[in-house]
Amino acid sequence: MNVIKIDKKTWTEGIGRLQGFYRLIGPVKDGDFYQFKALEKGESPDFSMLNTRLSPKSIIYPQSEVMFEYSLDETRDDCHVIKEIQVEYSPQVVFGIRPCDAKAFLLVQRNFETPEYKDPYWIRLYETTALIGLACNTPCSTCFCVDAGSGPFNDAGLDILLIDAGEYYYARVNTAKGEKILKDSGWSEETETKDAELAIENLKQAAENRITARISTDRLKEKGVPDLFNAPFWEDVAFACINCGTCTYVCPTCWCFDIQDEVRGTDGVRMRNWDSCMYPLFTLHGSGHNPRDAKTKRLRQRFMHKLKYYVDKYNDGIQCVGCGRCINLCPVNIDIRKICEAMNGFEPEQKSI
Amino acid sequence: MLSYNEKIRHIAKKILAEGKVEIVIGYRRGTLPMINEPCFIKHPEDVTRLIWDRHCGINLTNYLTQRKERIGIIAKGCDSRNIITHIIENKIKREQLVIIGVPCKGMIDRHKIASQFEEEIQKVKEDGDKIVVTGGGIEKIWKLSDVLQENCIICTHRNPVIYDELVAEPVAEQKDVNRYEDIRRIERLSPAEKAEFFDDLLASCIRCYACRNVCPLCYCDTCFVDGSQPQWVGKSQDPTDIRTFHFLRAFHCAGRCTDCGSCERACPMGIKVRTLTKKLEKDCLELFNWEAGIDLEQRPPLTTYNPNDPDDTFR
Repeated sequence: MNVIKIDKKTWTEGIGRLQGFYRLIGPVKDGDFYQFKALEKGESPDFSMLNTRLSPKSIIYPQSEVMFEYSLDETRDDCHVIKEIQVEYSPQVVFGIRPCDAKAFLLVQRNFETPEYKDPYWIRLYETTALIGLACNTPCSTCFCVDAGSGPFNDAGLDILLIDAGEYYYARVNTAKGEKILKDSGWSEETETKDAELAIENLKQAAENRITARISTDRLKEKGVPDLFNAPFWEDVAFACINCGTCTYVCPTCWCFDIQDEVRGTDGVRMRNWDSCMYPLFTLHGSGHNPRDAKTKRLRQRFMHKLKYYVDKYNDGIQCVGCGRCINLCPVNIDIRKICEAMNGFEPEQKSI
Repeated sequence: MLSYNEKIRHIAKKILAEGKVEIVIGYRRGTLPMINEPCFIKHPEDVTRLIWDRHCGINLTNYLTQRKERIGIIAKGCDSRNIITHIIENKIKREQLVIIGVPCKGMIDRHKIASQFEEEIQKVKEDGDKIVVTGGGIEKIWKLSDVLQENCIICTHRNPVIYDELVAEPVAEQKDVNRYEDIRRIERLSPAEKAEFFDDLLASCIRCYACRNVCPLCYCDTCFVDGSQPQWVGKSQDPTDIRTFHFLRAFHCAGRCTDCGSCERACPMGIKVRTLTKKLEKDCLELFNWEAGIDLEQRPPLTTYNPNDPDDTFR
């Protein structure tokens, strides 16, 4: 793992050079908030954000994605033949991924790339995308990344981690993909010494010290599924929930989708769209039966999935990276930190929280 | 309005202890600045959890729909108007309710403040007619009237129109309010300009349906955007489908919307969705001299027939 020092004076020049090789994506101020967008020629990523409003998951996993196409025109030989859509996957580089969001890609990968099933759409985009992170020098009050198994300087899932050190960036290169990008950028090829690692460590300590949001996850595993499932606190925590899709759509780790056919004239496509376990139709059976027919059941599902089923299935922490988006954007202030505490501290004989 | 707290808790405690209601629906303190969480209280000893300040913008009527028990509910002007609409539309019975009316001076617009504050907001404090916001080592002070929700700035029904208890003396209603200036501006646009305006308005929509789900008017068992047999609207991010959702939802609210502002408050993307409902509110006022949720005895204009309808089609 090499560390390179990039003088900020050469930053724009390097971005321009990379634009010759790759499609560049980065945070851009868009109205009142920041969004990941394709960078125009001459445009640089805007690193003054705390984080983007929506997570970068849609870069690899678009909200709406066409998978197949077909024709209903019976005069055609290929009528009713479902054909994979032809998409050109040109290499792209995403700048400004926060460490929490980077870790989220690894969590989502668990769903889209397993020994049994490989989702070609997600994998192709993931493989042709390089992720360049930006360490968080000033985490927010709703960031609980450290307790969620990440951290403001964590580089898991990143090809390069950038650390803003005032006049320059330190770039920690993690992968061959990252090395190639640095070479193409022409920023610098000089490997830094131990001093750089020390400077980074100091910044990291300062950032971690700023984190005030904590959650406890240590006892989730030992809890019984039926105990948590039947816990009395769900009615109280779910009361305010309006069952909108905000938490799931802004979440970098929510991966569920719904498959739809759309036909115009005789041309049809089969596409997938993000879905949300908050929606009543999410589990509506063909028979008309709905096992999650009330909002309390749907809210419980979201948190049981993230904080219990996932924990039990993968034995690798919770399905949450602590980015805090759902806390900040929930219209009615449902707070995953509170729910996680209730679950982690729950004793079956307890009557209420 | 901070002084309301004691009175609200006192009334809630009383009606719970006397067995007049089984639950009281109100707000408890949020975990972040500028947001409180709707909650219910079952036991008189828990009423201290109830709070009231300028961050109670979500319309609590949404939590009444088809509940069966006897309920105490805290209602500001707009909530009370939606309670009337709910009663008219058979979503709750008047006899089930003890309405704790709250004269309201407006709710703070959290989007407005956040968009004018560069750092993360850590604390928001009301101080007389000022609001003091701190975070990231900076402090900013606004006049309260400059950072209220847009619907509160033009509100003409700050006092509850129906209540059983009132937590304070009624506040003065705002007079000579220019409610529809923004709508008139849009009405004057050419069709092409309007199309562009609506494209921009809805460009950031992620179809989370927070605007719909937070709305007390949207209680259909299956919304037309969710139905799949038949399917009326595509489910993707196609802008036509997104527009269809927003336009049709607004039409469904025509003559029923009280401009409580919950939809705009709830939108995670800060879309000014009231732009659509307000146009229909304006039409209902101008065509039928109708304001929603004022009178328990009158049905909304779109559910009635009037031989003097201003439109020839219906005469």
